Amino acid sequence: MIRRFLPASLLLAVALALPGTGPAGAQTKPKPKAAAAGAPAPALLAQGKKVYTQYCLTCHQADGGGVQNMNPPLIKTTYVLGDKARLANILVHGFSEQVAINGETYNNIMPAHDFLTDAQMAAVLTYVRNSFGNKASAVSVAEVKAARAAGKK
Amino acid sequence: MKSSLLRYALLPTALAGSFALYSLTGDAGRVAPDPGNAGLKLPAGFGALVVAETGAHARHIVVTPEGGLYVKLAKPTAKGEGILVLKPAAGGKATLAGGFGNYGGTGLFAKNGYLYASSNQEVFRYKLNEKNEVVNPAQPETVVTGLKMGREHETKSIALDNVGNLYVNIGAYSNSCQAKDREKGSMGLANCPVLDSAGGIWQFKADGQRQSYPQGTRYTTGLRNVVGLDWNQQDNQLFVMQHGRDQLHDIFPAMYDEKTSAALPAECMYALKKGDNAGWPYIYYDPTKHEKMLAPEYGGDGQKAVNGQYIDPVAAYPAHMAPNALLFYTGTMFPAKYRNGAFIAFHGSWNRAPEPQKGYFVVFQPFKDGKPDGQWEVFADNFAGSAEKAASGRADHRPCGLAQGPDGSLYVSDDNKGTIFRIVYNK
Repeated sequence: MIRRFLPASLLLAVALALPGTGPAGAQTKPKPKAAAAGAPAPALLAQGKKVYTQYCLTCHQADGGGVQNMNPPLIKTTYVLGDKARLANILVHGFSEQVAINGETYNNIMPAHDFLTDAQMAAVLTYVRNSFGNKASAVSVAEVKAARAAGKK
Repeated sequence: MKSSLLRYALLPTALAGSFALYSLTGDAGRVAPDPGNAGLKLPAGFGALVVAETGAHARHIVVTPEGGLYVKLAKPTAKGEGILVLKPAAGGKATLAGGFGNYGGTGLFAKNGYLYASSNQEVFRYKLNEKNEVVNPAQPETVVTGLKMGREHETKSIALDNVGNLYVNIGAYSNSCQAKDREKGSMGLANCPVLDSAGGIWQFKADGQRQSYPQGTRYTTGLRNVVGLDWNQQDNQLFVMQHGRDQLHDIFPAMYDEKTSAALPAECMYALKKGDNAGWPYIYYDPTKHEKMLAPEYGGDGQKAVNGQYIDPVAAYPAHMAPNALLFYTGTMFPAKYRNGAFIAFHGSWNRAPEPQKGYFVVFQPFKDGKPDGQWEVFADNFAGSAEKAASGRADHRPCGLAQGPDGSLYVSDDNKGTIFRIVYNK
């Protein structure tokens, strides 16, 4: 069994660093376009919330906090805020490794959700990265397509 | 999970011990409820106190005739202690006195001079001295080894009968034996292969050494996962609480809407006999129809019932509430109606979302002549801390283990914050 024990400090550091990277860099050269990219469109978030409510909420719960010992939280974790390709891959292909987040382990399998459209996936991933206190860049349809084309990681 | 020691083999010792404790220690022997009953809501005449704060995921518990506790932890502490030892303290409370057993798990049961404890693949036993202290904590006997452990339902709850047998739950490492676990629309595997080594209760010799599947007996099959179980002394039979399947709506949305899925299937109590089959993954129990329904993974549509072949539950409770402990009450502290009835610790739901969550309480199920008799009732409530915290699933405390104290008080462990509660009746 594979166990990944990421130090809480590392998780926190990455979680804090990530959302700041894009906008912070953009601050030196003010670009309205970059600012807009940092804040996903309300319509996209609304679409993402709809998908989340229908397909994700049962396990990850309304507040994104997950379920003790079973379903991991989606809050302040590199799985959500980090590498978008990995995140999209988890949604497309499922995920069956035991996850350790902040010292707690989570056992339930994440089933593949390849029945969702690329647009639905991009919307829900963007929603998750910008809800429950999370703030991170949007996931594009192109990024979802790439994850779908890639094999299970 | 509970000390059978005090009920049988050592009953006279237990009585003598508690009398001695009370007479010698005076006020220390008096058990006073905490102000506000430690936040619990109880029937009139009952009170509650916090015995100890372990700060760990406290799963099943044993209370010794001397009033000490053993607490099994889901995972060992930083010091490598998977079983905590608590000694009795003033006012009916207890203090941490050490620990041993560098493995996580749930099962804990004391009987015939031994403390039995399980990891997620093995069962160990520790010799107890006349004070019910573990003699050699570093060198337990390995009674059972090599049990199947999957990614879910990995804990191994245990109970003993009166003739030297050990019963071990081996949970199904699957929700409903789909080709792809929990995946929308995925159908069930033919002759569910999980059942050869899991999804049931296995029987072993309580004094055996390094037993595994070849030395054990598949006592009952078709049980998805059992965390709470106890031996009923009145009809000499094993009773178990099954955790029913999840996600009917998520997997088959055309057949089950969210409300229906939140209410199906029942969490069931079964009275087991050797060779019984409770029907997982092929059926689930509908508490409204009072029928065993064909699972959608195996051709069901929410309407097709199944008769015969599989045993019926002896009692049914609301869906998804996760019964994590079962205890037949044999004490005399509580009023007569509780004697030989069952207490059930409901850990609380998650799979009712988006409907409000339920559970986070201890239920009393009246029994008569060794069978459930009459409607169950919520006995100890508000472990969650408020109605809102229960509805959201963000409960302060989640009941997980039950044990009966030598004076007949009821101990409840919480595996969220690690609080140990004690419920007493004020005569």
